[in-house]
Amino acid sequence: MTALLEVERLQVRFGATAAVRGASLSVAPGETHCLVGESGCGKSVTALAVMNLLARGGGRQAERLAFEGEDLLKLSERGMARLRGNAMAMIFQEPMTSLNPAYTVGSQMTEVLRRHKGASQRVAIDRAADLLARVGITAPGLRLGQFPHQLSGGLRQRVMIAMALMCEPRLLIADEPTTALDVTVQAQILRLLAGLQRDLGLGLLLITHDLGVVARVATRVSVMYAGEVVERAPTAELFANPRHPYTQGLLRCVPVPGKIRRDQPLGAIRGTVPRIGAGFAGCAFRERCDFADETCQRTIPRRSMGAAHDYLCRLPA
Amino acid sequence: MTDAIEVRHVAKTFAVGKGRVVAVDDVSFSIPAGGVLGVVGESGCGKSTLARVILGLLSPDSGEVEIEGQKIAALDRKARARLIQPVFQDPFSSLNPLTRIRDIVALPLVAQGTLGRTEIARKVDEMLGRVGLSAEMGRRLPAELSGGQRQRVAIARALVLRPRVVVCDEPTSALDVSVQAQILNLLAELRRDLGLTYLFISHNLAVVEHVASEVAVMYLGRLVEQAPTETLFARPEHPYTKALLASVLTPEPGLGVPDVGLGDTLPDPANIPSGCRFHPRCPVAEPRCSTETPPFKPRASGGVECLLVP
Repeated sequence: MTALLEVERLQVRFGATAAVRGASLSVAPGETHCLVGESGCGKSVTALAVMNLLARGGGRQAERLAFEGEDLLKLSERGMARLRGNAMAMIFQEPMTSLNPAYTVGSQMTEVLRRHKGASQRVAIDRAADLLARVGITAPGLRLGQFPHQLSGGLRQRVMIAMALMCEPRLLIADEPTTALDVTVQAQILRLLAGLQRDLGLGLLLITHDLGVVARVATRVSVMYAGEVVERAPTAELFANPRHPYTQGLLRCVPVPGKIRRDQPLGAIRGTVPRIGAGFAGCAFRERCDFADETCQRTIPRRSMGAAHDYLCRLPA
Repeated sequence: MTDAIEVRHVAKTFAVGKGRVVAVDDVSFSIPAGGVLGVVGESGCGKSTLARVILGLLSPDSGEVEIEGQKIAALDRKARARLIQPVFQDPFSSLNPLTRIRDIVALPLVAQGTLGRTEIARKVDEMLGRVGLSAEMGRRLPAELSGGQRQRVAIARALVLRPRVVVCDEPTSALDVSVQAQILNLLAELRRDLGLTYLFISHNLAVVEHVASEVAVMYLGRLVEQAPTETLFARPEHPYTKALLASVLTPEPGLGVPDVGLGDTLPDPANIPSGCRFHPRCPVAEPRCSTETPPFKPRASGGVECLLVP
């Protein structure tokens, strides 16, 4: 199967700090690839690097970065602008800061379609209203005329999703799209995304730190730690047979309803994520790992557990 | 024995534009000393307003709050601070960015004005140690700390006066799961060691199940169900509680995302529905639910407010 998005050995630096260190991943049409990890592990930066939206001072390098086979590294900013919001769209984490407060929902939504597809305002408004209804917003006509501050958090997030879908993207990158929402609304939005994938064959790169969401929606999972993908596997395999000590630790941290005892401590990962400076070698997790020894300071092998499951650790498979 | 927290018929509304928003509507409950009451519900259900009323930061329109037998409204700020303390959600905005950690933790002691410098320093050191922060950390500024470390500072500040009750309002929502686990474990340890009582507000039901001995479910300002944690999670009675529990995505692959059947109408606290206020979203509502006000039906412990349960 041809991949929609291919990322090979992506590196992103901000000055002397390495934010992403050789991360590789791919997204196929119709699949949900989840990128998990703690804040600062490089998940959002990876997404921004793919969209070429890194903050000033951020530089990206990769062996390959391609969308539908087209090399994004060679693409001009104009060429990228043609793709962005069009064939590849992104939903940002903070709907309040990524919607323009000075424009109505309608004018922000229609702009995308008018710009990319040259649609008339009437056609664009109809499509916007249609999409708002599909993301579960009642009275879309009313909402189109409102400003972002007049909407609740849940509504704003749905507007962001509807806007990302205006041009029928083939790839959607969603950065924590439901983290700020109530569990009830979260379930609604995740069901909506799953429906769109079924109907439109949308490939979804979903960035989240919520392992409950990952378990329920992901086809494949990549676990990121300190800028590296430390383990990747099909979802059921990752939860049943996690190999990297970091993945194992993350899974132990999550309280599972019905399976936890009160007054029993939750599993926790001691310490905090290290800052990776120049000349760093070996495993970035070694300071927090129960299995670390002196070999962890050297280059760590990527070990394979079959075709689709591999991890970055000295411990044998 | 006196309850640590006794809330009687508390109501609070806010004027918004021309209308009124009902945030808390006739809520009563009590928490025995050493207990943990988890309060759950969607945004806008009134859980944070309730927390502020209990802390004495907002005065209720009616009703009263007693902490260890003392009416909170009758106490001055200093006396209140010795009884009850908050830990808020966002450790990034609840610490003064220009004040060193030591001074942040010392402030409640300084404000009491009863202890000398050396005694305050000793208590601060002891408290920092208890929450797992080094003396060196104490000399830093909030910006130099991680989210988890800042939440430890907020906990140290809340406990330095040795209050009896702590109101935790979404204390781990802004944190990563690995750090969340550390903070929850710390809160549990401190409760045991210091004999504290917690009111624990969270929208994360898995977290509430882990920390709470009793759970209260709020919907549009009403407490619609209250029960011991095991009972509530094993046999929820209110349709809203059932929907909330069904929405929790447990880390179990292959189950997919459930359809909880709440529809697309979101609750609006400025426009409270007639009858049972949950009826427009309720998957099992009957015609009478839109006209009759549901009575509170007491159970062995707690109770439920629904027309459809026996």
